[in-house]
Amino acid sequence: MTLSRETRVLTAAQLSALTVPPPTPTGETRHFWDACAEGRFELQHCPGCDRWVFYPRALCPHCWGQDLQWREASGRATVRSFTVVHKPGHPGWADAAPYVVAILSLAEGPTMLSVLRDVAPADVAVGLPVRISFTTVGEYALPTAVPAGGPR
Amino acid sequence: MSRGTGTPRGTIVGVGELEPVRRTEGVTTMGLLGRAARLAVEDAGIGKDEVDGLLMGPQVGETPQHVPAMLSEYLGLQPRMANVVDLGGATGPGMLWRAAAAIDAGMAEVVLCLVGNHRNPVPPRSPNRNPIREFDVPFGASGANTSYAFLKTAHMDRYGTTDADFARIAAVSRANAQHNPRAIFHGTPATVQDVLDSPFIAEPLHLLEIVMPVAGATAAVVVSPERAAAMDLPHAPVHLLGAGEKLTHRAMSQSPSLTSGPLKPSMEQAYAQAGITPAELDVLSVYDCYTVMAAITLEDAGVCGPGEFAQWMQGRDLSHTGPVAYNPHGGQLGCGQADLAGGMSHAIEAVHQLRGTAHGRQAADPHLALVTGNGATMSEAVALVLGTQEAAR
Repeated sequence: MTLSRETRVLTAAQLSALTVPPPTPTGETRHFWDACAEGRFELQHCPGCDRWVFYPRALCPHCWGQDLQWREASGRATVRSFTVVHKPGHPGWADAAPYVVAILSLAEGPTMLSVLRDVAPADVAVGLPVRISFTTVGEYALPTAVPAGGPR
Repeated sequence: MSRGTGTPRGTIVGVGELEPVRRTEGVTTMGLLGRAARLAVEDAGIGKDEVDGLLMGPQVGETPQHVPAMLSEYLGLQPRMANVVDLGGATGPGMLWRAAAAIDAGMAEVVLCLVGNHRNPVPPRSPNRNPIREFDVPFGASGANTSYAFLKTAHMDRYGTTDADFARIAAVSRANAQHNPRAIFHGTPATVQDVLDSPFIAEPLHLLEIVMPVAGATAAVVVSPERAAAMDLPHAPVHLLGAGEKLTHRAMSQSPSLTSGPLKPSMEQAYAQAGITPAELDVLSVYDCYTVMAAITLEDAGVCGPGEFAQWMQGRDLSHTGPVAYNPHGGQLGCGQADLAGGMSHAIEAVHQLRGTAHGRQAADPHLALVTGNGATMSEAVALVLGTQEAAR
């Protein structure tokens, strides 16, 4: 079921032109952002309970194992839910509006929030297959998402 | 007439609520709380020096630490027990239960619960340095609107509910607010079409499906049922018959469900403690920061089945004259949301209805009320079943 009638498509260039609040890495998350900067989408995996973890933590939220390992993830996901933001909560995003923010169900299990580009809001539906595609915004490579079938 | 079978766990003997205003200038949170505290203590027919327990909400931007000592000093109180309760919109109901528990544990005998905030020109901003700031905000998801929009999308996708179904909740709230002269939208009703015609903020959420932020403060006085029975009360006591609480996540991106929330187990526990079923409720005073939150709460409450809130509402009188009064004061969608005090406002309305002081919108002889609080992004939940003396065993 599609939801929106909005046909304007957000591009990587538009995203890259924004001046918006950047990520605020900690010692626990720095590896994630460093990998993104090198074009790799890495998540933590817990060898104790064989489950994946997002966002990065000091211990596994499922079994409290302390031996979390970084692994490259598939970058495959589906849209769990989404919204077309017309009035952004932060003024820095105004130039991108209307834009699609989605909760993604990553193929590995965890859920994650991201922004969708290269797709019209009118073409987004719950269940849409997407893949992670990085977009440089400020000093960071953000793991944004694009339709899985689209051009790379 | 409904009859509960719950043993009272605590008793609300006084309430106070400042009239909501759109903006303030030069006031402090503590000043507003003090004015609400004075109303509640007067309402209970006691003096301030009888208060020996104090619960309060967080005071972002004003007092980051030592809030209990700061507020006690400001109000000229020397409590034996004091704490900050930090459950977002569930703070008010969470306080009432904690007050009863603290009294039961011998920590205090007369607990004053205070929550509110100003809307001065420069609002205080929380300097978050945590996962929601690091992994949601950089992707254009600042604030609560996007989070609740995810819920509405998920409900429409899963159940086929329509935009008009949700708009009805806002229209009903505005209609009920016409019976409440203190509501921010008193004098400003809105039709389903008005709601649908209001602009998208975070599509599919329209502007009129979102609460209007206001300034205000609320207060309540809690004592033991035994002490209440011995007091010379100006108004009938209202008993806490059951309660439940649950926290499942902070960011909506980490929520285990998008179509049901932590209020579901909270309400089930509250019903079990009170010994009632949802069919016995006379008043539903449910947290409605967004239309979709009220919809999910009605379904989680067992008032109707999953995905069936619109059918349940269809053709039903949801005002104080109906068989079940739904947010008869107009809810937060009709009254405005006085920051964290918005959650307490649902408890205060239930108290007024149960003791017969809901002037101009009084339901006919209600005995059992459901009160819900919802914090952050369907993250923190507290449910209370409140009842009259007749409903208590």
